[in-house]
Amino acid sequence: MWTRRSRPSRLSFLLALTLIMFAQSLATLEASPIASRVSEFTLANGLRVVVVPDHRAPVVTHYVWYLAGSADDPPGASGIAHFLEHLMFKSTDKIASGEFSKIVSRLGGQDNAFTTHDYTGYFQRISKERLATVMEMEADRMANLQLAEKDVLTEREVILEERRSRTENNPSNILSEQMSAALYRNHPYRVPIIGWMHEIAKLSRADALAFYKRFYAPNNAVMVVAGDVTAEEVKQLAEATYGKVKANPAVHLRERPQEPPNRTPRRVELKDARAGNASVRRFYFAPSLPKAEPGEAEALYLLMKIVGHSSTSRLYQKLVVEEKLASSAGGWYSGLGLDSGSIGVYAVAAKEVDLDKVEAGIDRVLHELRENPVSADELERAKKAFIADFIYESDSQSALARRYGEGLVLGMTIKQINDWPVAIAKVTAEDIKRVAGQYLDLRSSVTGTLLPVAAETESDAVRPAATANKS
Amino acid sequence: MHATLPTRLRAVRLARLTANIVFLAIAWGALVTVSSRAEAMKIQEVKSPGGVTAWLVEEHGIPLIAMRFAFESGNAQDPDGKEGVANFIASMMDEGAGELTSKEFQERMEAIAMRMSFDDSRDAMYGSFETLSENRDAAMDLLAIAVGKPRFDADAVERIRGQLLASLAYAARDPDRVASEQWSALAFAGHPYGRPANGTPHTVQKISRDDLKEFWSNTFAKDNLRVVVVGDIDAETLKTQLDKVFGALPAKAKLRPIAQVTPTAVERLKVVEMAVPQSVARFGLPALPRKDKDFIPAFVLNTIVGGGVMSSRLWEEVREKRGLAYSVSTTVQPFKHTSVFAGGVATKNEEIAQSLDLIRAELKRVAAEGPTDQELANAKSYLTGSFALRFDSNAKIANQLLWFWQEDLGRDYMDTRNAEIEAVTMDQVKRVAKRLFEGQEPIVTVVGRPKGLTQARRS
Repeated sequence: MWTRRSRPSRLSFLLALTLIMFAQSLATLEASPIASRVSEFTLANGLRVVVVPDHRAPVVTHYVWYLAGSADDPPGASGIAHFLEHLMFKSTDKIASGEFSKIVSRLGGQDNAFTTHDYTGYFQRISKERLATVMEMEADRMANLQLAEKDVLTEREVILEERRSRTENNPSNILSEQMSAALYRNHPYRVPIIGWMHEIAKLSRADALAFYKRFYAPNNAVMVVAGDVTAEEVKQLAEATYGKVKANPAVHLRERPQEPPNRTPRRVELKDARAGNASVRRFYFAPSLPKAEPGEAEALYLLMKIVGHSSTSRLYQKLVVEEKLASSAGGWYSGLGLDSGSIGVYAVAAKEVDLDKVEAGIDRVLHELRENPVSADELERAKKAFIADFIYESDSQSALARRYGEGLVLGMTIKQINDWPVAIAKVTAEDIKRVAGQYLDLRSSVTGTLLPVAAETESDAVRPAATANKS
Repeated sequence: MHATLPTRLRAVRLARLTANIVFLAIAWGALVTVSSRAEAMKIQEVKSPGGVTAWLVEEHGIPLIAMRFAFESGNAQDPDGKEGVANFIASMMDEGAGELTSKEFQERMEAIAMRMSFDDSRDAMYGSFETLSENRDAAMDLLAIAVGKPRFDADAVERIRGQLLASLAYAARDPDRVASEQWSALAFAGHPYGRPANGTPHTVQKISRDDLKEFWSNTFAKDNLRVVVVGDIDAETLKTQLDKVFGALPAKAKLRPIAQVTPTAVERLKVVEMAVPQSVARFGLPALPRKDKDFIPAFVLNTIVGGGVMSSRLWEEVREKRGLAYSVSTTVQPFKHTSVFAGGVATKNEEIAQSLDLIRAELKRVAAEGPTDQELANAKSYLTGSFALRFDSNAKIANQLLWFWQEDLGRDYMDTRNAEIEAVTMDQVKRVAKRLFEGQEPIVTVVGRPKGLTQARRS
């Protein structure tokens, strides 16, 4: 019914972390009803559990995250984490092929799953009376997945279609994929989550099961229930379901190849008949929340809110409103990576404006932020926006579940998550200037341009420019 | 408005399924039934002294207020030759009002952490507003000037025009958007529903500040307004706020009459060539108005065929058994002046014909045989059981209630809906399957370079 073309969710991944009840003062914060209701415990087999009570409606949201994502795909088998995520909906000893979602549906529930570079998540939303059943089903497929060869081959076709839908049919996504591959020279973040087409096409049942055995275990997972439950109820149910799954002693910390020092700017250009108006974007390497020095990620979030979040942002005001170089412009900081984060900026050229001029405009805005502190008014508004987001998030059960689950998966503690607004409040204009100076560094960036060409000369070629890595 | 590249810049998250089908701006059907929450939820009707009526659900558990409102209007009201006005206006509502310029207005919104957005559908102009309780009065003041005193400053108009034109340029090459738009153009040729919802570069170029003002003054009125509020506010306070925000609007809207229409086309297949590896298809047929006695059976039938996405027949046949698509789904969507059964699928060019053949065959089969008893029972248990999921946040409750009201379902709808779905019989579903699908060849649009496509293969 409510037909909203949502505005582009550049920040949805960012906001997943921006949670927490928060009021105008830190004193109010300490009395935050959501934060004080959250509880955490660990089962004997190592499964970490978080409970977020919300009794407004008789429903629950049940999530499991595995500490395994596409950046853990073995070399040559890109896409296997995501492929396995699909295959988890096939069969177990108890569930016939393809029945998982149908059972959830018959129970009046909804389910889905998702994969990122760092983790894989599964969830159901369902009436509270059915929580025990879906926990039992989720615990079952944690240990007892059965894969028929035919199911695997058919699902591989589905994933190839998914890649066509998301990437091959969409020049903007092709460009972003190429840019990530150029930004990271050594770290597997360079490989798309869904995998490269030629490698997906060869993924096998054995690849999927090997990944499953390596990573899917209670001692490598976080479970969250948000909704109309108490911690005690969840504890009993968890013991009775997940508690029966054996820990895997072979699970060990993930170690991925890390990035060498950044030394050269990179450029990528995509000419495509489907491009629409010419646009430019740039990704910078930046530390993620788990890897940053204390206060750094907070400063980066505020910096990029000021640089590019809304129509009041520096990029928009300068490029779109004042100089009329661009029809739209913005930016973001993505801090929720295990090993690294990134900064992004973009602009779509206004009609008849040369893209070089647009890029130069972006550079001027960023240069200014490296040289001078942001105004007190800008900083205040940016902080208020973050704080308000925390309160707004308390209206959504799923958002609350993600807040704590994803935080834990990334190595944060509940206390750190709850204290996040306090950390944001401490950031100064000098902190922002410092991170701008340090991380808005062209040598650790990739710039991508998307240019329309006439259909006759259409080409799918993505041409790495001379500075791109060749090694 | 802050239009950007229409797609996300970085795929940080891949879901098993994303419902991404845009079809006449269709939302995914929100049918509901009863739950303990619904019975417990008290929906008050609040009438302000100035003649504004709202539905209110008080929820004082969290310090937030959510408001959703709709003016019966929408892009079907766009003047001929000025298609895109409604969409233009939706983008202008936070671009300056009263004494505040665009930038001042938006900085003020940020300073009080107020959220406000507008959107147009075929039949309505929607407003969405949220505030923290502590900023309630200031936020309502700002909403009041946005709704009642929009400035439409020339510089803001030109800037937003540039963004809209950039979006249109991108959308023109987006196979999903093109397939949906072409479907509407084909099935509703000559009717306002057949026009591109966001206009064309040509029409958007022609829209003037006066066009915007005229559309706003004609369609933002009290007699076509519905307001729903959920959250931390009581009825007496709300009355005052309602008059502040909406009280000064004209009593009556001036709307152009829109004829009833049935989707139809002589040629049932239209292919738009685009150099993409995967063909994107939309298919559809006439459905039933919301007030038809068979509407609920049709809704249940759709759940079985393609609406109950991950357990539907089409999901099973197209995706699970054959791996032909990542997403295939259908919906029954009543509009104010028509109703459609609509669906979408995307398959590589070489095999799109097979996906479409399977879909046609399933529609034919369900018309001939009806569903199984088990399928009917499963659909009902999903629809009734999942009801409560639509009411677990203030924002969702407000969305749902507004929709009930727009469909004239009444405030007691929540208490009767479950029984209506439970009461659906196999005979009704079989009958409606014949009404919808028997002897019907779906109207299909395909964007891509499809191989081997034909219209119905009559077997």
